Amino acid sequence: MPRVIFEDIIKSYGKLTVLKNLDLAIDDGEFLVLLGPSGCGKTTLLNLLAGLLDVTAGRIMIGERDVTDLDPKDRGLAMVFQSYALYPTKTVRGNLKFGLAAHKLPPAEVEQRIAWAAKLLQIEPLLDRKPAQLSGGQRQRVAIGRALVKKVGVFLFDEPLSNLDAKLRTEMRLEIKKLHDELKSTIVYVTHDQIEAMTMATRIAVMDAGVIQQFGTPDEIYGRPANLFVAGFIGSPAMNLRPATLSVSGGKVAARAAGVNLDVTHYGFVTPPRDGQSVVIGLRPEHFGEPDAAVADPAGNFSLPVQYSEKTGSDATAYLKFGDGLIATRVDPEQIGRFKQGDTVNISFPQGKLHVFDASSGRRL
Amino acid sequence: MTMVFSSGEAVGDSAPRFPRKRKGISGRSIAILVFLSICAAFFLVPLYVIITTSFKTMEQIREGAIFSLPSPITIEPWINAWDNACSGIRCEGLKVGFWNSVAILLPSLALSMILSSVTGYALALWNVRWAGTFLFLLFICAFVPFQIIMIPLIILSSGLKVYGTIWGIAIIHAVLSMPFLTLVFRNYYKGIPQEIMSAAMMDSGSFWRIFGEIIVPMSGNIFIVVLILQVTSIWNDFLLGLTFGGLGTQPMSVVLANVVITTTGEAAYNENMAAALLTAIPPLVIYFVLGKFFVQGITAGAIKG
Repeated sequence: MPRVIFEDIIKSYGKLTVLKNLDLAIDDGEFLVLLGPSGCGKTTLLNLLAGLLDVTAGRIMIGERDVTDLDPKDRGLAMVFQSYALYPTKTVRGNLKFGLAAHKLPPAEVEQRIAWAAKLLQIEPLLDRKPAQLSGGQRQRVAIGRALVKKVGVFLFDEPLSNLDAKLRTEMRLEIKKLHDELKSTIVYVTHDQIEAMTMATRIAVMDAGVIQQFGTPDEIYGRPANLFVAGFIGSPAMNLRPATLSVSGGKVAARAAGVNLDVTHYGFVTPPRDGQSVVIGLRPEHFGEPDAAVADPAGNFSLPVQYSEKTGSDATAYLKFGDGLIATRVDPEQIGRFKQGDTVNISFPQGKLHVFDASSGRRL
Repeated sequence: MTMVFSSGEAVGDSAPRFPRKRKGISGRSIAILVFLSICAAFFLVPLYVIITTSFKTMEQIREGAIFSLPSPITIEPWINAWDNACSGIRCEGLKVGFWNSVAILLPSLALSMILSSVTGYALALWNVRWAGTFLFLLFICAFVPFQIIMIPLIILSSGLKVYGTIWGIAIIHAVLSMPFLTLVFRNYYKGIPQEIMSAAMMDSGSFWRIFGEIIVPMSGNIFIVVLILQVTSIWNDFLLGLTFGGLGTQPMSVVLANVVITTTGEAAYNENMAAALLTAIPPLVIYFVLGKFFVQGITAGAIKG
């Protein structure tokens, strides 16, 4: 099964450049998720790989083959579309069969593959129905089946779960993950849903404005966001990002934000901190300690008034007034009673969980 | 409390009332009914006269009461019109024209529908170079009146040795309707979701296979629309049949005109009426038979729903 490599890809429409000198190498058997907001170029990148769009410049390799100028059907790929794109006049069986239209196979082999995919996806009883007679989840399975029968090394998914309801989405997420484990094929999966990305991916490429902002495992993306965009995009509620100023004196480094001093002496600075440097500090809501209880190695203690709080069942978030903005903190729902509007609470933040970014470049320090 | 006001009366509670209050017949609806009745009569009175006259004997017609019912009823005018009415010096009835019309209709239907559906499909769903320019040209062609290009077309068709033949008329019908029909097909195919086409490109990638297996089965409705359009316009065409039809290859409409204007002695009104009705029936039949097929949506179940 092949590696997929993008080399120096440029895609522009007239004067508008959608992808700028993009390089990306996807390993064999990897589940790569392209994650980003709408219009970041992730679907364009997928369509370039599929051959549905032509690159303006650059090269795409699948395995040892240069596929840049090949027709979609000759690239050895299968794709699942957001709207499923089933052929409405064909039965499920006909849809799966047409998936093999370009693969001149003996009829027995075609039948055998259809049976295999139908069994794997549990759509055997539906084979003689038309797409109009299927539910959304069933259509999704058929669309995946049409890709599976091709038995190719690389599968492409273009936001395949975005039209399903929340429950079905969770189920299908697990099933796609299971399929990947079983088939060991390379998967390139486009989504704007970070939960999908975090749960399924072996590696995530976070994209924005046609540029890959960070490429790494879900843990790396979450634990060490490379820049402000990734820091703000991953995590829900989003990371608290506050401007601060560094002060370096006597071997101690502190970040001062809205009257609070945060000790960042032991932060793993990539570049040495300068005194007076403008930075942005990032505090994830889920890393705050419990109210009125100290955490080990606190970076700083906050004593802030509660603005409001909200509960979502398994979780609760309190918003505290900090400077002229708000800071979100994730709270144990049983503790939320202690966050009454107007009350001032004391919470602390552990040193090891702090993120520091350069204010001008946005890069992680 | 919410107050709902409707047509001047206040309804205290917002609960819906069943059954809804029926509206009485107002002055406005009476005016509309009268107007529609007059419109209907405008078409129905001549039709009534044509139908009754076609079943009358010449003796009864000579009495001059055109609104009277036929007595005795005779179907002889219909048989005469079909079998031995005289068009010029040939007294073979409308049947020659009928079969000529059928012979013109079938090949030109097939030709025009194949030609314009394939062109429309290519223009709508494939990246054709100069597609925009070509569409613009088609658009212009669709609005050039036939009379302007009639004489060049006659010279061209006689140069190609098809002038005066049934095939000549059929081909010219197909060619003349092609620009408009291509636009119709192209606009219809533009409505097919892009992702279906993308999926087909990845699955097969073959122009003809996608057309035959995916697109044509999705085009039932538009083929019926175009079929009705074409049957009506080709069958009812007179000018093209008159100018391009040779002796013995004229379509039914031209033969009908000749039957009506050819008189030896008295004008056989009953025969003429029957001939007119015979000519009008085929497109009506097509219309009634196919009309009920305009039902299902084209992409039912193809995409999210």
